[in-house]
Amino acid sequence: MASTTLTPTRPEEAAGIDDTGQGGGGFPPGDFRGGGGWAEYRVPERTYRLGMWFALTGIVMLFAAFTSALVVRKGMSFDWVAVSLPRILWLNTFVLLASSATLELSRRSLRAGSANEFFRWLSATVVLGLGFLGGQLVAWRELAARGVYLATNPGSSFFYVLTAAHGLHLLGGVVALAYVASRARRIALGRARRTPVDVTAIYWHFMDALWIYVFFVLVSWM
Amino acid sequence: MAEAHAEAIERHEAPRGFIRRYLFSLDHKVIGIQYYLLALVSVFIGLTLSILMRLHLVWPQASVPLLDKLSPVGAPHGVITPEYYLSLLTLHGTMMVFFVLTTAPQSGFGNYFLPIQIGAEDMAFPRLNMLSFWVTFSAFIVLVATFFIQDGPPIGGWTSYPPLSAVGGAAGPGMAVGENLWIVSIALFCVASMLGAINFIATTLDLRARGLSLMKLPLTCWSWFLTAILGLLSFAVLLAAGVLLLLDRVGGTSFFIPGGLIVSDKIVPHTGGSPLLWQHLFWFFGHPEVYIAILPGMGVTSHILSTFARKPIFGYRAMVYAMSAIGVLGFCVWGHHMFVSGMSPYSAFAFSILTMAIGVPSAIKTFNWIGTLIGGKIRFTTPMLFAIGFVSLFVTGGLSGIFLGQPPIDLYFHDTYFVLAHFHLIMGVAAIFGIFAGTYFWFPKMFGRMMNATLGKIHFWFTFVGVYAIFMPMHYLGLEGHPRRYSELIDNFLLPLISVHRFISIAAFITGGAQLIFLFNLLWSMFRGAKAADNPWEATTLEWTIPSPPPFDNFAGKHPVIYNGPYEFSVPGATKDFIMQNSAEVVAAGH
Repeated sequence: MASTTLTPTRPEEAAGIDDTGQGGGGFPPGDFRGGGGWAEYRVPERTYRLGMWFALTGIVMLFAAFTSALVVRKGMSFDWVAVSLPRILWLNTFVLLASSATLELSRRSLRAGSANEFFRWLSATVVLGLGFLGGQLVAWRELAARGVYLATNPGSSFFYVLTAAHGLHLLGGVVALAYVASRARRIALGRARRTPVDVTAIYWHFMDALWIYVFFVLVSWM
Repeated sequence: MAEAHAEAIERHEAPRGFIRRYLFSLDHKVIGIQYYLLALVSVFIGLTLSILMRLHLVWPQASVPLLDKLSPVGAPHGVITPEYYLSLLTLHGTMMVFFVLTTAPQSGFGNYFLPIQIGAEDMAFPRLNMLSFWVTFSAFIVLVATFFIQDGPPIGGWTSYPPLSAVGGAAGPGMAVGENLWIVSIALFCVASMLGAINFIATTLDLRARGLSLMKLPLTCWSWFLTAILGLLSFAVLLAAGVLLLLDRVGGTSFFIPGGLIVSDKIVPHTGGSPLLWQHLFWFFGHPEVYIAILPGMGVTSHILSTFARKPIFGYRAMVYAMSAIGVLGFCVWGHHMFVSGMSPYSAFAFSILTMAIGVPSAIKTFNWIGTLIGGKIRFTTPMLFAIGFVSLFVTGGLSGIFLGQPPIDLYFHDTYFVLAHFHLIMGVAAIFGIFAGTYFWFPKMFGRMMNATLGKIHFWFTFVGVYAIFMPMHYLGLEGHPRRYSELIDNFLLPLISVHRFISIAAFITGGAQLIFLFNLLWSMFRGAKAADNPWEATTLEWTIPSPPPFDNFAGKHPVIYNGPYEFSVPGATKDFIMQNSAEVVAAGH
């Protein structure tokens, strides 16, 4: 961990360094005052990003546990039945990848100072995210129509567990994006911090990558 | 004075309403106390359960007043049934491991003192912090609810091994609804712990005061930081395991339930699952959990030994590396809980070697603790006594681990009272001693009053002698082959051991009763104790530079600057025998 670089080791050195800790995102501290008259406690944006990366570490461990359970469960039994994956998953994958692209376009618009573009691309990301979740539901319906449910066979159990766990996490991402979109104007005009945008973007791209991983696991181990 | 400081001072004040200030507070100090009180309630519930178990073991026909009101099925006329004994055992273990040993030292003291010791105003994410506590609290409520359902709490133990934990009510009382609630409670606890861990890590890495490099952190902060990393990585795995177990129970899946299983004369309609899979997932969490419980105790002990020996901690860096090594190795040894599971002898050998390897950093720590004490001007305060007691229990409990870590010996000892003695001494009682040490040490800072020293010392001696009297004879029971979890001694080979059990039970009653001294001292001192000075122990870390109790914004809007290491005691040439971490003038003299 490059943590030692985050905090200066010697006070003498520290004295020379501008306190980047205050007002992350380039906004004057005055902007962060709450309505109640008291200054609100805030930590630098960097800290939120760091926290998000560690949250993602926890999520990685969750999926690592599911994966290892899958590998062991498949390897130790004779009742494994492969689930032929619904074709729509490929389309869903494309939709999710597209959502990462639109999210980056929205952030680019934000940097360029274009509030409307920012909001538009952000909304597109939300729609694509919901589209992915809808597509996953279609995949579930397709399996159900084939008579493949959660408890049908071990393969289907893991299919539903992995897709549901990822879907729930992605749903959280959609909620976060919707929150950011609801404040898009204030963020673009500099009246609210950009931190939620950046942190949500980390999360969203990571969920994208996580889906690629889950999809890869499903394709190669089913 | 402070106003002359060049930096802008930005004071923050506590919200005025009771609910925002004390209940749904964002203040790390209030949240820390909330966690501590939750652990306090839990520890007395857990203690009561163990007293009931000890009572039942030696006087199986004894009628416990009011117990039949709580559970007419589990304790008809107040007499505990064998099944209800297992319910008590499950809840005792779950309460103690999760809501006491995980909650008090890390979430309680950590929340309160990590930000202050690193010179921060609060944790990095106060809202997340509040959320962590309330999710933990709901987990507690869900767990306690199992007492009040028809057939009582689950009987699966705190490890909840499938297949019996996965097949529902057929496995016995409490295994229907009770076990579902147990899993939900643990899953909630996992989520809360992970949220808390994120907060701890981000706070330690990013919010340290100027000049406070990682190698100037108090060892308490190091232990909380490492514990948070362990918690983040391990609770996620338990969460996954819990989800799969719940699905086996309510979703009809077969992750853990093997085919052809017959429970209570009925074939269970599942196929192909692996009970061992649960054990792997569970112990991948379960072993780091042991260190989650004990690492903060190590940190507190190091901190207190140095403070009251009036000496720098012996081998600061070695302590940090040893704790890190223990953390890393802790993830590589889960198999030593499964030596009898039929694992390959080669795997068992590997797990055994890695387990033995933990002895090295553990020995380094013990060596350094003793090195800290040698030649010190020791002040035998109550926290110091408990810290020394921690070292004693850590050694005693650790030594039996060397026996259990070897597969051929473990084959015999597995699931006997020897194991019980081992983990109670090292994980249970040693960690509890860490909590006691921390309580006596930090109480003046938290509540602005001193705890009564005489009562504290009486509490220490009763507890110290008491726990040895309880757990040392259990080694002997284990050597005799006495299995765990038996509710009564009816087998011929166990009957001669009844006198040992009587001794243990009486010791347990006395030791348990002595905890009321602690409870009284704690509550009495909160309101009637002598007023505490800012730095009653003449300690060096940042929490002792601010008033007792600290103001809402800790450092009154100022940003402390750190010049010294955390354990600058008895520095030659210094005016006093301790130098505060933020004391600027002695830097030249000391170094």
